[in-house]
Amino acid sequence: MADYLLLLLGMGLVTYLPRWLPLHYLSRRSLPEWFIQWLELIPAAILSALLLPALILAGEPRHVDFMRPEFWVALPTFAIAWWTRSLGGTVIAGMLLFWLAGKVDPQWLAWV
Amino acid sequence: MPNLSSESRRTELNEGLTAGWPICLGYLPIGMAFGVLAQKAGLTPLQIGLMSILVFAGSSQFIAVSMLTAGASAPAIITTTFVVNLRHLLMSSALAVYLRSVHRGLLALYAYGVTDESFAVNLPRFNAGTWSLPRALVVNHAANLTWFISTVAGGIGGRFIPEGAFGIDYALIAMFICLLIYQIPKLIHLLTAVIAGLMAVVLALLFPGNTYIVIASVAAATIGVILQRKVFRRVPSHG
Repeated sequence: MADYLLLLLGMGLVTYLPRWLPLHYLSRRSLPEWFIQWLELIPAAILSALLLPALILAGEPRHVDFMRPEFWVALPTFAIAWWTRSLGGTVIAGMLLFWLAGKVDPQWLAWV
Repeated sequence: MPNLSSESRRTELNEGLTAGWPICLGYLPIGMAFGVLAQKAGLTPLQIGLMSILVFAGSSQFIAVSMLTAGASAPAIITTTFVVNLRHLLMSSALAVYLRSVHRGLLALYAYGVTDESFAVNLPRFNAGTWSLPRALVVNHAANLTWFISTVAGGIGGRFIPEGAFGIDYALIAMFICLLIYQIPKLIHLLTAVIAGLMAVVLALLFPGNTYIVIASVAAATIGVILQRKVFRRVPSHG
């Protein structure tokens, strides 16, 4: 539990500082333009770098696998997120589709 | 006078809750999904609640739990948390413009609740001039309280939910998909995301571990800035 608390304090600190430092200092000065552009692109870059490997890579050592339900369910989930713009709705729909995908026997695909 | 002030307090509370309830509604399933996964990873409801209070950042909490399950070290988890949450730097920078005259102690409290969701709710309202720090604080803390309660509830109820039920393993991926869609307003964001994703896949295939997340996203954002400054800026002058 002591190790776990240290982990949480470390995670909490590195999460709090980026939230707090700009509010504390930026009320007075502004950032260089290229840095603002860079920060604007960081969220899309991080989320994509987290997502794509999780969707198309499998196993240890890792290899490309397009047949996993993680990838196929992501396609309608992207569409739902795009149209609804709802975080809660997308999460529920994605979970439901993934759950349903788990019920489908892969052998049925041979008939399609 | 006390009547007037208590009435304006109630107005602030009402307006804050009216703006914030969609966040709370969205946090319920995600928070419970997180609690269930964390319980499966061996965390107690107390440990889950502590994480939700001390860290309060949904996506990095999911990642931390999956890294704990994979046996990652504390420095690796903390580094990943830092990079994943670096995006809040931008959000707080954008919010700072509207909070110039505010007491710094209140800013420190407000900073705690800056998330993707509270940012999306508060910023347009600050921008429209219809918002105040007390209302924004109500939004942030209503969201925080909902997150705390739903993650702990998931942690307590998790033992009654069988492994893999209701597609709960997909909650994080679905959340990332929606957050990624939010982060793509322009072509340059889409290009950056595609570059980051492809680089991450290649790096993940070449090297073990999780460093590909940091390297790919930093490199892709840098390429994105260069593209934006060198290529995109010339487009209007030629047209």
